[in-house]
Amino acid sequence: MDKKKTTKEKLISLLFVALFSIVAFIALFPVISLIVASLSPASDLMRYGLTSELFYSSFDFQNFEALFGSEGSKYWQWYFNSLVISGLLIILSLFFSSMVGYALAMYDFKGKRLIFVSVLLILMIPFEILMLPLFQMMMSFNLIDSYFGVMLPLIVAPIAVFFFRQYALGLPKELMEAARVDGCTEFGIFFKVMAPLMLPSFAAMAILQGLTSWNNFLWPLLVLRSNDMFTLPVGLATLLTPYGNNYQVLFSGSVLSIIPIIILFLFFQRFFIEGLTSGGVKG
Amino acid sequence: MQSSVPTEKRTKTSQGKQNRFRFLYSKKLAPYVFVSPFILSFLILFLYPFISAVNMSFQQVLPGQVNYIGMANYSRVFNPTFYTALQNTTIYVILTVVILTVLPLIFAIVLNHRLMKFTNFFRASIFIPALTSVIVAGTIFRMIFGDSDSSVANQFLQFIGLNPVEWRYNAWSAMFLMVTLASWRWIGVNILYFLAALQNVNHDLYEAADIDGANTWQKFKHVTFPAIKPVVIFLTTITTINGFRMFEESFVFFETSSPGNIGLTVVGYIYQEGIQRNDMGFGAAVGIVLLGVIFVVSVIQLFATGAFKKGDA
Repeated sequence: MDKKKTTKEKLISLLFVALFSIVAFIALFPVISLIVASLSPASDLMRYGLTSELFYSSFDFQNFEALFGSEGSKYWQWYFNSLVISGLLIILSLFFSSMVGYALAMYDFKGKRLIFVSVLLILMIPFEILMLPLFQMMMSFNLIDSYFGVMLPLIVAPIAVFFFRQYALGLPKELMEAARVDGCTEFGIFFKVMAPLMLPSFAAMAILQGLTSWNNFLWPLLVLRSNDMFTLPVGLATLLTPYGNNYQVLFSGSVLSIIPIIILFLFFQRFFIEGLTSGGVKG
Repeated sequence: MQSSVPTEKRTKTSQGKQNRFRFLYSKKLAPYVFVSPFILSFLILFLYPFISAVNMSFQQVLPGQVNYIGMANYSRVFNPTFYTALQNTTIYVILTVVILTVLPLIFAIVLNHRLMKFTNFFRASIFIPALTSVIVAGTIFRMIFGDSDSSVANQFLQFIGLNPVEWRYNAWSAMFLMVTLASWRWIGVNILYFLAALQNVNHDLYEAADIDGANTWQKFKHVTFPAIKPVVIFLTTITTINGFRMFEESFVFFETSSPGNIGLTVVGYIYQEGIQRNDMGFGAAVGIVLLGVIFVVSVIQLFATGAFKKGDA
């Protein structure tokens, strides 16, 4: 490689950075607008909409005050519901899906192929086709308007099973033998020896499952009935009504709703980008 | 047999323990215990609902009573509203597949280029949209593409000398909104997939191509593309299926009704008929027809991409 970059290369480099500055601007603009809107007087937004000026008559925290202060608002209840449901789902789906994926990768047993094909089958068939019978089922189990009803379809996540299997395929099987010789149970081998080796995949799936359940919309919209039980997306959607939008709470509420997922992402980011790209795409 | 008492005792207890908890040590049984959550969830949350969806599609489901009505639901499915929904969904699928494959590929190649700078910053910022929920993202998009003349998008149109648009009330602009929202949210994720694939391309091949005097396009066609083809197939398949499942992008702009059904999708139609109008049998029939459509499209796609050819991909 030449030590000095040629003028042509410098120009190309500049062109690339310019192109991506535009791409990054388009990616970030809506998010920035949201933050600006949440700090702008709702009456201005009502009158002018979101304008390109981004400067309104004043900047203040009135919208957030409305969110914290108003009596009848269920926002914090929705927030709590979302946190509980997503938290539980991350724990449960990681626990169950990792066991299944691990077994599919590390053991030879009758029916293994059939189970793996079933995993792929669920991945291929859209949930939306099953949602009406599932909804009926939830009604007969009395699970409508309950946390468990929202969580049930996501507890064993086929995408996570698939991912954990791909990851576990790369683990050394000799460790299992060594642990067996030491008198470890098969479950001990998984929980004490192999699961710690799979930590990066757990981190990646924690983000994916967290993201999925935090932003899940259609199924909770079906299952949840009372204002008190809504998750954030369902609750926020009720503020978008044909009879006028409740911008004050909508914008400040939307800004705060992104925070947990950003924290989760920043926390596990490194693993996520690795994970997303190593697991999913093997032809 | 001849061992001393304490040893015998020890052997006995450990054997007893082994008998009672033998499955804990069994290499044969353990995998079944491991996969049992999946088997349960497959039977209860997939197979049973799937069979009842097929069953339901032949029924008229009324509160407290169920009648078999043969093919009546299916003959009702093919009506103008369904065709509108199917047409909207199809256009949406085609547009998102093209946009979410071609653009991310170009961007990933640029981002992977040795002359590119600040790669980490750009990678992180294009990924941010994927963290937002459709509801939150849609709320912002509704404001940016507001109907009034002073919304950002309309100000831009006026700036370049065009007339402002009532975004949510024209068929073309409604489609534009839904496709833009989906593309905005997913483009970063697809770029990451392509980036990973590009980083696995064998560099010797580029050098060999250089020696043979290949130009940039030839290098892409003969070295890069064959190497990333599995990812291209993966992403087009995923985007197609996600496109046919689309509901939320439409819901956030139009709730459940749009003028002239310009925002209606097939899943939106299932929701409308099955949940809102409580006609579950009909909704189930729409779902089964949708499954048929997805199946046919997937098979065509797999043949077209050569995934069925032996020894390929």
